[in-house]
Amino acid sequence: MFEPTPPLADGVLDLHLSGIHKSFGDHDVLRGISMDITDGEFVTLLGPSGCGKTTLLRIIAGFEGADQGKVMLGKLDMGPLPAHKRPVNTVFQNYAIFPHLSVFENVAFGLRSRKIADSELRQRVMSMMELIRIADLADRQPLTLSGGQRQRVALARALVNEPDVLLLDEPLSAIDASLRHDLQVELKSLQRRTTITFILVTHDQDEAIAVSDRIMVMKDGLIEQQGSPEDVYERPVSRFVAEFLGHANILSAKRMGSLQARTSVGDLVLPSEPSWSEGTLAIRPEDIEVRDSGDAPNSLPGCVQERLFRGDHWELRVDLQGQLVRVITEPDQENQIGQNVFLEMPPDDLQVLRD
Amino acid sequence: MIERTEIFEGKVTTRGRMLRMGALLSAPGLLWLGVFLLLPMLGLCVLAFASRGNYGAVEWSFSLGNVKRLFGFGLFGWTPDTLMILLRSAVLAVGTTALCVTLSFPLAFWIAGRPKENRNLLMALVMVPSCTNLVIRTYAWMLALEAQMPPAWLARWTGLIGPEDSLYPGSMAVFLGMVSSMLPFAALPIYTAVERLDWSLVEAARDLYAKAFSTFRHAILPQVLPGTVAAVILTLVPSLGMFVVSDLLGGARNMLIGNLIQQQFGSASDWPYGAMVGMFLVLTSLLSLAVFQRWGGGLVPKNTVEERR
Repeated sequence: MFEPTPPLADGVLDLHLSGIHKSFGDHDVLRGISMDITDGEFVTLLGPSGCGKTTLLRIIAGFEGADQGKVMLGKLDMGPLPAHKRPVNTVFQNYAIFPHLSVFENVAFGLRSRKIADSELRQRVMSMMELIRIADLADRQPLTLSGGQRQRVALARALVNEPDVLLLDEPLSAIDASLRHDLQVELKSLQRRTTITFILVTHDQDEAIAVSDRIMVMKDGLIEQQGSPEDVYERPVSRFVAEFLGHANILSAKRMGSLQARTSVGDLVLPSEPSWSEGTLAIRPEDIEVRDSGDAPNSLPGCVQERLFRGDHWELRVDLQGQLVRVITEPDQENQIGQNVFLEMPPDDLQVLRD
Repeated sequence: MIERTEIFEGKVTTRGRMLRMGALLSAPGLLWLGVFLLLPMLGLCVLAFASRGNYGAVEWSFSLGNVKRLFGFGLFGWTPDTLMILLRSAVLAVGTTALCVTLSFPLAFWIAGRPKENRNLLMALVMVPSCTNLVIRTYAWMLALEAQMPPAWLARWTGLIGPEDSLYPGSMAVFLGMVSSMLPFAALPIYTAVERLDWSLVEAARDLYAKAFSTFRHAILPQVLPGTVAAVILTLVPSLGMFVVSDLLGGARNMLIGNLIQQQFGSASDWPYGAMVGMFLVLTSLLSLAVFQRWGGGLVPKNTVEERR
């Protein structure tokens, strides 16, 4: 089985990025990224395409140089090190498996390059292939493998080198949805067992929420928000984060008092004082309660426009003052189309966005 | 009996109908090959075993005399002259191919590394010389390699040739002319392969600690090999039959197989012998293609685990 690396002095394998800038031509891809990643953490760089997440990963891997800023692993400055001298390995988006080598030789590639003795190499490759459950594919040629199998080969090929940090560039994006969920579970448990730092790049918010210890939401070359999945999901700081992770109802609002706002759908009590005089609020569809009466605070009258059965819940579209609000209710709710209801938006579930 | 139906491209059809359609579609190509390759080859084959009569007439009687001549048995016993011509042609063709392919790689990588909008222009510049007539280009080389021209000074000054010698005519001049005329045919397929190169394999190799040679062998070579095979075929076959360049740049002592054939059909008026040499050239080309196809495929590194076991 895979031996976790013996514990080292605290912080030796922490990754520190500071002030990373990168531009291609006159296009600024990264505009000052700083982050500290603790040894053994599972961090996800999440964002839409073009946000710079892959470029950041490539800078950590050593495939691109940063224009400014530092990449430190503990006290080791990785900036001047070429890719093959960094204690970091990558799982590529298209797997980049050598098509002319067998699965065994693909997994053994890094160890062979480092001239590891044959008996040790064989033992390490086989135990890694058992861990990733591809031992029976050892003699297969890559062209005969399915997408999920190639994904595992790519993972084994990187992990067998026992890197200090494993970089994963959209590793599951080319895999069927059903298999993707299984692989997410495996990725998570693999990371827990190996205790290697994983940095995953993805544009799939479900994946990010499911596997990460910490999510960094990126936008236009900057980190928009970072925190635990719960934190980022429950307390988005901006409209971009609120809409990128899951679904959110966005309400434009005017500040009326320190904890009072007049929104497009009615007056609401706020959980905290906004910094703006005109801005936006967000609320998740599952945080809204459907009521028959408007007694509770922040209850607004509306009319059910559409209802869709989603198996484990109903999804309603409720018309509030002309704005359609998305609401998720229990499967036993029996609101009919055209019914007049009250929507309660508990102040604690309202998010005051910074923009 | 009911004919079995098949589905082909969404249409229900029968096997017989599909065969007829296949025959119809391949007919133009087969006709072309038959009329312009097979028939002339047959004619050449018949002619090759005839012999030369008086005043260049053809004497239609079967004889193996031309085979003997091809291998050097003439009126005055065995001479190595013809064999030397064949050997020289082979060496020159292989040398030309090797140099063209070797030069094409840096060229292809350089062009593929330029911005996209410049690449086609650069590649067009590589191809443009082959739009000019080969004879004209070769005359240009004659001029450029003259004893009074800078290349000759340079060669004399560096001691590459003696003070009385010139670059032209000679085998170096032929080699230069051949490489320059064949380079585009090697550059095009190699460039196509290099431009499509999946660089993530190169990054993967670097990420897995591979040194430069290992990266080339495992990440680049398998991807460019098909293009390289095409380049070799496209340069080797025409180089074998080339006669214009050697005729103009080579002088009397640098005869190639192409010149030999041309001479028989021209000044020597010995069509049967020309046909024999021509047939030999075609067969050699086919043979080298067949050998290369087998051997070229073996260049791809195979599963090394199997080899070790």
